[in-house]
Amino acid sequence: MELSVVDLSRLQFAMTALYHFLFVPLTIGLSILLATMETVYVMTGREIWKRMVKFWGTLFGINFVLGVATGLTMEFQFGMNWAYFSQYVGDVFGAPLAIEGLMAFFMEATFVGLFFFGWDKLSKRQHLAATWAVAIGTNFSALWILIANGWMQNPVGAEFNPETMRMEVNSFFDVLFNPVAQAKFVHTVSAGYVTAALFMLGISAWYMLQGRHLQIAKRSMAIASAFGFASALSVVVLGDESGYEANLNQKMKLATIEAMWHTEPAPAAFNVVAWPDMEKRENIFAIEVPYVMGLIATRSLDTVIPGINELVDRSKDRIRQGAIAWDALQKIRENPDTVTEEVRETFRYNANSLGYAYLLLPYTDNPMEATTAQIEEAAWSTVPNVFPMFYAFRIMVACGFFFILLTTVFFYYSSTGKLDVLREKRRWLLHVAVWSIPLPWIACEMGWFVAEYGRQPWIIESMLPTSAAVSSLSVTEVLLTLAGFVILYSTLLVIEVTLMIKYIRIGPEDGETADALPPAETRPVSGAAPVPAE
Amino acid sequence: MILYEMIDYSTLKVIWWVLLGVLLIGFAVTDGFDMGVGTMLPFIAETDIERRIVINTIGPTWEGNQVWFILGGGAIFAAWPPLYAISFSGFYLAMFVVLAAMILRPVAFKYRSKRPDPSWRNTWDWALFIGSFVPALVFGVAVGNVLLGVPYSLDNDLRMTYEGSFFGLFSPFSLLCGLLSVAMLVMHGCVWLVMRASGDIARRARRIGTFAALFGIVLFALGGYLVASGYVDGFRITNEVDPNMQANPLAKEAVIEDGAWMANYSAYPLLWIVPGLGFLGMLGTLILLQTRMEMPIFAFSKSAIVGIIATVGISMFPFILPSSVQPEASLTVWDASSTHRTLFNMLVATVIFLPIILVYTAWVYRVLWGKVDEETIERDNHTAY
Repeated sequence: MELSVVDLSRLQFAMTALYHFLFVPLTIGLSILLATMETVYVMTGREIWKRMVKFWGTLFGINFVLGVATGLTMEFQFGMNWAYFSQYVGDVFGAPLAIEGLMAFFMEATFVGLFFFGWDKLSKRQHLAATWAVAIGTNFSALWILIANGWMQNPVGAEFNPETMRMEVNSFFDVLFNPVAQAKFVHTVSAGYVTAALFMLGISAWYMLQGRHLQIAKRSMAIASAFGFASALSVVVLGDESGYEANLNQKMKLATIEAMWHTEPAPAAFNVVAWPDMEKRENIFAIEVPYVMGLIATRSLDTVIPGINELVDRSKDRIRQGAIAWDALQKIRENPDTVTEEVRETFRYNANSLGYAYLLLPYTDNPMEATTAQIEEAAWSTVPNVFPMFYAFRIMVACGFFFILLTTVFFYYSSTGKLDVLREKRRWLLHVAVWSIPLPWIACEMGWFVAEYGRQPWIIESMLPTSAAVSSLSVTEVLLTLAGFVILYSTLLVIEVTLMIKYIRIGPEDGETADALPPAETRPVSGAAPVPAE
Repeated sequence: MILYEMIDYSTLKVIWWVLLGVLLIGFAVTDGFDMGVGTMLPFIAETDIERRIVINTIGPTWEGNQVWFILGGGAIFAAWPPLYAISFSGFYLAMFVVLAAMILRPVAFKYRSKRPDPSWRNTWDWALFIGSFVPALVFGVAVGNVLLGVPYSLDNDLRMTYEGSFFGLFSPFSLLCGLLSVAMLVMHGCVWLVMRASGDIARRARRIGTFAALFGIVLFALGGYLVASGYVDGFRITNEVDPNMQANPLAKEAVIEDGAWMANYSAYPLLWIVPGLGFLGMLGTLILLQTRMEMPIFAFSKSAIVGIIATVGISMFPFILPSSVQPEASLTVWDASSTHRTLFNMLVATVIFLPIILVYTAWVYRVLWGKVDEETIERDNHTAY
């Protein structure tokens, strides 16, 4: 298979973004948890909470730097690999990125130095303020990034200007309060909170299994389970909100998530398991639950959800309309001063579908002369591959419900003061918590896959196809950088995980190396003695 | 709402041209000494404790400084979208090299102290060197290429084609600019170490800083001579341009012309103050490094950076990215910005947040201020890098 510059650039963006999001959710969640623990410390004055902040803070730091490092690439690769996209939407899309730097990232990065180095130089309250500044900065950062991403999913508050060949803002307010962005923001930060909560829960469970650091482990577990329970509920509820918003403006995404080829009478059934076949354009088999899909996506009993086939038919109409807009645009560009008002009017009337004409460009140079077969082909190119969409979504949702279950159980044990029961009689539950540590990461990555792959072939929904957005680069150049990023990021990831494990094994400095009465199966841990950070 | 019409579109364009300079200078002045210090790390400090002293003079604050770079990227995207698109995709491989090097920096700071063994630490010291030296060099080379003109063309849909190559970026003039950038930042880093370290390290910093300042003066003068003598051609707009025009880089006519980069100085001789500031800053640094003074030198090395970067901007005004193969497709202040509305909204955000940033950054620096020496490292052994 020969990969084009578009394919490679997509691969590179997916790779760097998914790597970046290995570190971001933990930073988002752990920053809030650190600030919460330190608040308890300042309010109660009990030293153990300070030790907890320092211990979890060490792990936070190891993770944080890679979030910063991989974030550098994110800020610049729109220009590097997606030059036409950048020119086409910079007027809208650049602002949230810049404001993210001004309002959020500056605060986060400046105060993180005080968080680590300011313990002896600040009063308790001042240090607490610095920690909260990091947490607030981190979360605001997510807000602005998701406003930018939300606009790619639902491009509101802007229109195309033929003079400048780009989308231009007509309502900044609409861009900021884009309902898709708001739903995505809360969903995404909640996912970060769940990630951090399960991280803390799992490591605390491991200490309890080992019989080490019990005082810190139990307190951490209490905080993590309560926080995790609330955020797991939030992530699922807001995920549902995202699905509802998707039904309003990204019907194709919803139809592929559901592997729903044909429009069904309302309320539609939900496919629990299916084997979608892209070639035959149908499901080879499917297990359905009646009504559920219609209820989730439309919150009504009588609203019809269109299937993939019907959406492709609608795309054909928009492609034809787009071709007319494209043709008018060429005339305006060639003679901007002499072109008739009639042509401009034709353009304005059809401008909304201009992006659909670009879908024809891989097949023909002149969309006005496209054959029915070419239009058919272009229309089917609006369908992302159904199989990975269907399963990525289900893995994410299954994880979400599992998180609610797991955190409910631990919240029950911690709020009833029965954490010792876990250690003595329900050790398998602690094992489950340890083995659940990777799951939030899997869920996060699946979520981003569904959101971004599900938007294809568009880089901006219905406005600009990904294939038209790429830079004028050679395959060799993109291959070089792709290989470079893979090697660099993978090396750093291995180092990060190794250090993380090392510092988890060393554990918090609480003066206890092992509990007074370790359970029989506890093995001594290598490197358990604190190593001074020279 | 027509609030944004309170300020003329053309005025906003000029304000954002100035702000672009402010961001670049903010980056060079703050993260500049981090890069200078990182570049010297393997040479100025021998033992582990010395290296830890050097690293810890910048350890707690470098991260905030780097945000000037990120913010610069975001602000260029928001205010000058074609500049963002053309420069970063045109300089594609160079940009990758910069990013790869800069990615090493946060990791090196944080992970170096996590293991005691010397080969681990030595590896991260070199990672810090690469993460500091390579961007310092490449940024200068990039500026050199911008002065020379970048080989790109635009079609009628404003789709860009880049006709240069990675190695084509390294011409004698652009390398000179790269070395000037390194010399300027090493000088700045040395001044930083004079203030924040003591003893042998400060002594070595004074010596290296002196050479860097001297080198910088020579390179800046040589670069200026090459531009003035016509070795480097400038660009000139040849038709009447409406400063309030919509952003369309293809709507003007322009030519490559001998000495065009000197035109602004001929028209407004007062502007000679700006390159003068660059020379004065470096000269002052050079002289004061020989005295026992510490803090005042920093003002001079900062002025040097302001002067040198502003000189580039002023020489080129109104051009911001000239095209050497299709001069009429060059980007200028008048035809490469975002819309009136976006420039205004972004200005409001900047006016609100930039002062806040400056206030808390100053506060953080004050809290963390003080000499770093063996004693402070021993005392903060658990938190120091």
